[in-house]
Amino acid sequence: MTTHQFDVVVVGAGGAGLMAGLYASRGAKTAVISKLYPTRSHTGAAQGGISAALGNSEEDNPEWHTYDSVKGSDYLGDQDAIEFMCYEAPQAVLELEHMGLPFDRTPEGRISQRPFGGHTNNVTGKPVRRACHAADRTGHMILQTLYQQCLKNNVNFFDEFQVLDLLIVGGKAAGVVAVDLATGELHVFQAKAIIFATGGHGRIFEVTSNAYAYTGDGAAMFLRRGLPLEDMEFFQFHPTGIYKLGILITEGVRGDGGVLINGKGERFMPNYAPKVKDLASRDVVSRAIYTEIREGRGVNGSNYVYLDVRPETVNKFAALDGRTNPDGSPYIVTGEQILQKLPDIIDFCRVYLGVDPVTQMMPIQPTAHYTMGGIPTNKFGEVVIDDKNTVFPGLYAAGECACVSVHGGNRLGTNSLLDLVVFGKHAGLKAAEYAQQAGFVDLPGSPTAEAEAQFDRLRNGSGSENGFDIANEMKKVMFDLVGIYRSEAGMKEAIQKVAELKERYRKVRVSDTGKIFNTELLNMWELGNMLDIAEVVATSALNRQESRGGHSREDFPKRDDQNWLKHTLVWKQDGKLKIGYKPVTITRYQPKERTY
Amino acid sequence: MLVTLKIFRYNPEVDKTFHYETYKLEALETDRVLDLLEMVKGHTDGTLSFRRSCAHGVCGSDALRINGRNHLACKTLVRDVGAKITVEPLLGLKVIKDLIVDMQPFFDNYKKVLPWFVNDSPLPADGKERLQSPEQRAIFDETTKCILCAACTTSCPSFWGGEAYLGPAALVTAHRFIFDSRDEAADKRMHVITETDGIARCHTVFNCTMACPREIEITKAIGELKMAMITGKV
Repeated sequence: MTTHQFDVVVVGAGGAGLMAGLYASRGAKTAVISKLYPTRSHTGAAQGGISAALGNSEEDNPEWHTYDSVKGSDYLGDQDAIEFMCYEAPQAVLELEHMGLPFDRTPEGRISQRPFGGHTNNVTGKPVRRACHAADRTGHMILQTLYQQCLKNNVNFFDEFQVLDLLIVGGKAAGVVAVDLATGELHVFQAKAIIFATGGHGRIFEVTSNAYAYTGDGAAMFLRRGLPLEDMEFFQFHPTGIYKLGILITEGVRGDGGVLINGKGERFMPNYAPKVKDLASRDVVSRAIYTEIREGRGVNGSNYVYLDVRPETVNKFAALDGRTNPDGSPYIVTGEQILQKLPDIIDFCRVYLGVDPVTQMMPIQPTAHYTMGGIPTNKFGEVVIDDKNTVFPGLYAAGECACVSVHGGNRLGTNSLLDLVVFGKHAGLKAAEYAQQAGFVDLPGSPTAEAEAQFDRLRNGSGSENGFDIANEMKKVMFDLVGIYRSEAGMKEAIQKVAELKERYRKVRVSDTGKIFNTELLNMWELGNMLDIAEVVATSALNRQESRGGHSREDFPKRDDQNWLKHTLVWKQDGKLKIGYKPVTITRYQPKERTY
Repeated sequence: MLVTLKIFRYNPEVDKTFHYETYKLEALETDRVLDLLEMVKGHTDGTLSFRRSCAHGVCGSDALRINGRNHLACKTLVRDVGAKITVEPLLGLKVIKDLIVDMQPFFDNYKKVLPWFVNDSPLPADGKERLQSPEQRAIFDETTKCILCAACTTSCPSFWGGEAYLGPAALVTAHRFIFDSRDEAADKRMHVITETDGIARCHTVFNCTMACPREIEITKAIGELKMAMITGKV
């Protein structure tokens, strides 16, 4: 066992972790620990853009961005935090540009912006160009740029180290325990402040856009240490995943004029969102697709519809909608331009579907995409642990693993990249500030005991069960019964099934007895996290008896502000889940009916 | 269809040398090679080790030699390579275990070209973005696509000859910054890439271009760097 000492330790090296590491390292001795090489992090898969009311092509302002995000959240987002994020957004995006991020440009040489779902001009109600983009690989460019800036600033990286446990002593953060994947050796990192930036848990679902690494590790560690998780019933299903595979097709396709077409060849979104049509919020569009499929209007009676971005289709509907360019001329695209704006999407379709989107329609279905819930924090990234927002000394979280909450019941597209840049930065600043005045907390007598016990259980199971099968069964039941539409009976069945799977999981035995790159041990440990998180997601979802944002109950189809305009908190105590609540912060926008 | 999957195996804690294992499994034409590896690991041999994350060609974890050529396992379908598939680790980097190689020399080379944006001039007075025309932006668009998977560098005979050579990926990164109109460290980077183990060791074999899963025209980018080296003009 090796012990390290750092003022600040950041767990995870995606956009939020790198931003936190960059800022923390300016004021404190900082280490960034990541189970992947940082450039492999899932931020790199984000495509369409990062929103900021720069107004580079047309009128826009942070107030509209704030309102759109509050409305998008179905009023569950905390309005002080949303306002903070949206007003920070222009400076955050400009800072990325100053760090060298190669945004696409307008003819004037400014950062180019495109329309995205739910982002509107609040006066006209029409889509507004707010998403700043670098082709359809904006996340990739953010990840690369931040990693490069971290290298420039000599941030200490521990690549391919899996953090296994969070050490808490006397109600304060003391450190983390990690395994060096290359050697199997355990390392203890003593730290004054710890920032979690471990990403989401989309891998608990069968059809997902998420990376294999998205197994909810951070949230699961918090849960095991008796800390609460917030709004875990809220998970975003992105409307357009590649059929069966779930690979993401950016909303930017629709931002650039693409439309959804059902099996009868009809554009159906105007029936669900007359004003913004295909650019409604993701939860609205995903439900519309499901409704089409259920009512027999899927393609060939199957469970998918088409996304059509062929120039003739785009131009036809742009003309019908009266869509114009910033200079007022009619919006017309060519195949060439589509290729230029969406190179990765076109590549994905060619590789995985054998379909060329410039001349053919793309078969799509909703895909599990984004974790709205997570580790509760305030707008400075400080972890808060109860209904009074009491700060836990020395603990921070940012990015997808955190729940500030700026996304509430449904996140607007492009707000995830904004979230990780803004809150990653503030978590880094706060953690360094805290570390400058705080001392180290003494480590417990055997700091690695819990981590070792977890590994030992996986090495010493009876071996009568197969983890791969357990994982697949969990993914299927979560996608089918705790997916876009949910009902009491289905969720009870899912909870029962997950409980059975957790029992079976105890009988798994890792066959690889080695130390060097024991990926089987790692994957089985991750499966334990996913089962814990799946239980929390299903339990929180069953508890919330209303429909709001991404949480759609067939038995409670309406939003119920009287009883449910509140955050869910879940703790694990003595092996059982305990549910509590926290009020939503409402400042300027009173809840009203949500239409697009 | 029935697929025969032959996989390079080496466990440093047990084996004196590497060997190949052959697995037969039912697969769909549309299955990714990565899916096959997962199936073997999940049902046949849990000790099989490989890196992977995004599973759709954007993170760069699973660059491997598939039927003798470098590909991402998640972006190569059974229908692309047929029913007989051989999977081996990347060449030119030390094998640590099975399909996992030591990436350190690769990232060390990357770091040599100052892979970060440099501009110490004052920001525009309005605090906004540094202006760049769409034409200026287009010049280095290709090379911003690199995901550092190492498929190019480990397909390069010059790199096989010695890992001191910067290799195509590091040169792609150098190109991304040298041709960015906003960047101010082109001279320093040109100095690095014109040293002994730099660009002169590219012999335009084109393996890198063929290997790149992001379809970056690497040899062309290196050609532009060579031209800049000769003319002194960026």
